[in-house]
Amino acid sequence: MAPLLSIENLHISYGAVQALKGVSLNLDKGEIVTVLGANGAGKSTLMEAISGLVPIRNGTISIAGEPLNKIPAYEIVLKGVSLSPEGRRVFPTLTVDENLNLGAYTRRSRKSEVHNAKERVFSLFPILAERRSQLSGTLSGGEQQMLAIGRALMSSPKILLLDEPSLGLAPILVKQIFDIIREINQQGTSILLVEQNAHKALGVAGRGYVLENGVIITSGPSSVLKSDAKVQEAYLGGSALKLKQQS
Amino acid sequence: MVKTQRFQIMIIAGAFLVYPFFVSDYFIDIAFYFGIYALLGLSLNIVLGEVGLFDLGHAGFYAIGAYTTAILNTKFGIPIFVLLPVSALAAALFAYLVCSPVIHLQGDYLLIVTLGMGEIVRLALINNPFDLTGGPNGVFGIDFPTFGYGFDIDSSIEFYYLIWIIVALSIFGLIRLQKSRIGRAWNYIREDEIAASANGVDVKNYKLLAFILGAALAGVAGNIYASKLMCVSPESFTFWESCLMFCIVLIGGMGSIPGVIIGAAFISLFPEIFRPFAMYRMLVFGLAMILMMMYRPGGVWPRKRGAVEFRSLLGPAARREDV
Repeated sequence: MAPLLSIENLHISYGAVQALKGVSLNLDKGEIVTVLGANGAGKSTLMEAISGLVPIRNGTISIAGEPLNKIPAYEIVLKGVSLSPEGRRVFPTLTVDENLNLGAYTRRSRKSEVHNAKERVFSLFPILAERRSQLSGTLSGGEQQMLAIGRALMSSPKILLLDEPSLGLAPILVKQIFDIIREINQQGTSILLVEQNAHKALGVAGRGYVLENGVIITSGPSSVLKSDAKVQEAYLGGSALKLKQQS
Repeated sequence: MVKTQRFQIMIIAGAFLVYPFFVSDYFIDIAFYFGIYALLGLSLNIVLGEVGLFDLGHAGFYAIGAYTTAILNTKFGIPIFVLLPVSALAAALFAYLVCSPVIHLQGDYLLIVTLGMGEIVRLALINNPFDLTGGPNGVFGIDFPTFGYGFDIDSSIEFYYLIWIIVALSIFGLIRLQKSRIGRAWNYIREDEIAASANGVDVKNYKLLAFILGAALAGVAGNIYASKLMCVSPESFTFWESCLMFCIVLIGGMGSIPGVIIGAAFISLFPEIFRPFAMYRMLVFGLAMILMMMYRPGGVWPRKRGAVEFRSLLGPAARREDV
């Protein structure tokens, strides 16, 4: 059976700049897979390509064997892929409720579906239920991240794309977010997780890929990657990790 | 609250209704042009206010509407009222054709393209293509609107009622639209295109729809304007007109319907009030705009929640400073 999400030899370029130079990866049903990489490695580009937000130069992205090339972004959501974008991108002037309603945009006016999806989000993130009529611009960073993930869940995706959910969050919130990511996965959503926080990401993910300058340099089960010399040096090891935590 | 609101609306509607009985024809005409600018402001507000797309060529759509009416009426004698929807459709079709290839442009790039589009329309009209537009002189001898049964709209007061009835209907429709699925999609796109399209909003087509509806409404304004003046010429559709429409939306408050009406009032009444100081008019006008941007960047009557600031629409580069 074809994997749930499969990417083959993906090339993306912004003008003359090549962001991805032949990336291939798979995500099977029920998995959490992480893509690690430093700034500018092409992680977010990969996520945007899957969501249909940037045009594909070469290669294929397919869901359950069905190619996504040339399918516009809004239809990709209907196919069961949902992105929680980097930097959260919640609508600060709208309430939590209204932000979640956007996530259910593809459900049109099927009220009970919207209601159920919202109940699920509130059970995952009880804090959002408390703040549901508050403007999302007044939420803390962690709450906004929860809202962004919640919004992406409103379309009940088969595949959830999480772009740096730990960005700019306090360590205790990072732990909380990762616990919830695991919970979402246990409820049956496959997750592709892009992270700079390699330690945490390899903690929840079963497998991982390491992206560097638009190429996958290594991949494998998390336990193997954790002990991989290259990965340790670049993302986990001594000074590099400390610098990352400070910044 | 709803009750007081309904009361306020009735007071305002009543004031508009009795206004022409207390003033001379001159002031009725001023109120007519106020209505035209209100309609143009509302039409640009769909594009600029609701979706946040810069359109500095809106006079082009207005011109297409006015010339469609003028040409079809003078050449084929088609009644003005029949041409009302025809003008709207012509402007909408034009918007669809010219905007489809450039709809992906953002912020100031779109502004430059629409600016050029407006100028091309004006220059085309001056050059008299197929001997249709009469060149710089324009088209003369357009009929007044007739309903048949001898009921014609030919006096200032009748035109006044005509334009304000259309404005009222447009306001009603636009308020409904604001609250609809389409209106919400437009606002999502304005606030954050990436987040909107990542959540299943068809960004490109909703943007096109805004241009099409905005152009159609401007076409309606063109139709009435042409029959009121009985002639159209390229001078009425210069870049300056586009600028005025832009100012109406900015002064009033982007995306705010009452704001746009106030903006239109300001733009159309201001030159009349300051007629004695005609020489300094533009100076005062410029000063007013600068003060506005400094003290009320969201407009005189900003949209209640989610007031839009002009600066935040200038694109990602300008937005980054806000964070």
